[in-house]
Amino acid sequence: MISKVVDSVGAAVSDISDGATIMISGFGRAGQPVELIDALLGQGATDLVVVSNNAGNGDHGLAALLAAGRVRKVICSFPRQSDSWVFDELYRAGKIELELVPQGNLAERIRAAGAGIGGFFTPTGYGTELGRGKEIREIDGRFHVFESPIFADFAFVSALKADRWGNLVYRKTSRNFGPVMATAAAVTVAQVDEVVELGTLDPEVVITPGIFVQRVVAVGEREWLAGGKFIGRRDLAQ
Amino acid sequence: MSSGIGRSQLAARIARDIPEGAYVNLGIGAPTLVSNFLPADSEIILHTENGMLGMGPEPEPGQVDPDLLNAGKVPVTELTGASYFHHADSFGMMRGGHLDICVLGAFQVSETGDLANWSTGAPNSIPAVGGAMDLAIGAKQVFVMTDLLTREGESKLVSKCTYPLTGLACVDRVYTDRAIFEVTPAGLCVSELFGGTTLEELEKLTGLALSIASAATPANES
Repeated sequence: MISKVVDSVGAAVSDISDGATIMISGFGRAGQPVELIDALLGQGATDLVVVSNNAGNGDHGLAALLAAGRVRKVICSFPRQSDSWVFDELYRAGKIELELVPQGNLAERIRAAGAGIGGFFTPTGYGTELGRGKEIREIDGRFHVFESPIFADFAFVSALKADRWGNLVYRKTSRNFGPVMATAAAVTVAQVDEVVELGTLDPEVVITPGIFVQRVVAVGEREWLAGGKFIGRRDLAQ
Repeated sequence: MSSGIGRSQLAARIARDIPEGAYVNLGIGAPTLVSNFLPADSEIILHTENGMLGMGPEPEPGQVDPDLLNAGKVPVTELTGASYFHHADSFGMMRGGHLDICVLGAFQVSETGDLANWSTGAPNSIPAVGGAMDLAIGAKQVFVMTDLLTREGESKLVSKCTYPLTGLACVDRVYTDRAIFEVTPAGLCVSELFGGTTLEELEKLTGLALSIASAATPANES
């Protein structure tokens, strides 16, 4: 019997080594697997390379991991935000490396890794600072730059529900990078509100098939849902 | 001296050029104002690159859903017929030429349609690009919405961008507070003038040689 369910977020991240590359889903705070990041903070691995769209908000989640000096390099599209003070300070002090990637190229580089594609030519970034030094090819009269795949040792994704095979469904725009990151890591860990019985998820609505997921951990229902129903919230999501 | 039109009027003007049935991405900042002027009874589908088609306006207080944000990370709502998808699909919609129109802000646009809107290149600034480069080269039509002049009075329309480029020859049309400019093989062509602005005035403000479309007339400023 297959069961990818692990009992705790601590157990889900216990074997992450120093120097590991970790993909972290989320767009801003939507879909950020905060409980897994917190567990990694407690676990102690350092010298990490983090692949994520942003580089942390406020003082929690990814920002806390950065603040603890555990991240050597960030590969992302948009580190600068109104509340990215932790990254900003580290970057200005030369304490963190940044590889800046246009957002669509970031998503596609991750997708390529998961799909066994050895890279691709894209028009995005041609003629710009972010295309500099990359192989150029003219295809059908348009210039493209070569982008390479991004693999990871671990991917942390945040989904709504899983079954014990690791089939995942997401919620609204918190899906963002989850499905592509899940394909591109040696070990994908999904934190979910709830693990449901095998057979409960409609096969037609499964977004990430369990083949891409190695571990599943339930973290409890998100604060703005009650019994699966949206109960609304007053504060802004940021 | 002419004065041009305000942000809201400009947003309303852009909205008039977006046809029924169009799939549209409105960039972060001023371009989001355009959504306020899309006719309520038209089916114009808004794309947000973090993974949604059919985006609706901001929610009522108390109805904020932290799982439902737009590309500016602002809470939004879901309209009937909406769909969600992951990032690689979302950017495939742009890069693959499926999106009809995107409206972007700009630091500078060159007379050949080069766009600079992601970085001023200032030393010690934190570089951040997000989806700017993907949007600039992806949509079938790229519109820029901007004031003609910076706060310091410099023209944002230039012969060659001095800020770091977002995309080469990617802009089709520039909507400014003074006039609308079409990017043509022969350079910038004024298609509409606002607030009593004249062609001579625009040439003086931009320092560029401009042409004017025969149909260009001062806009109805109702």
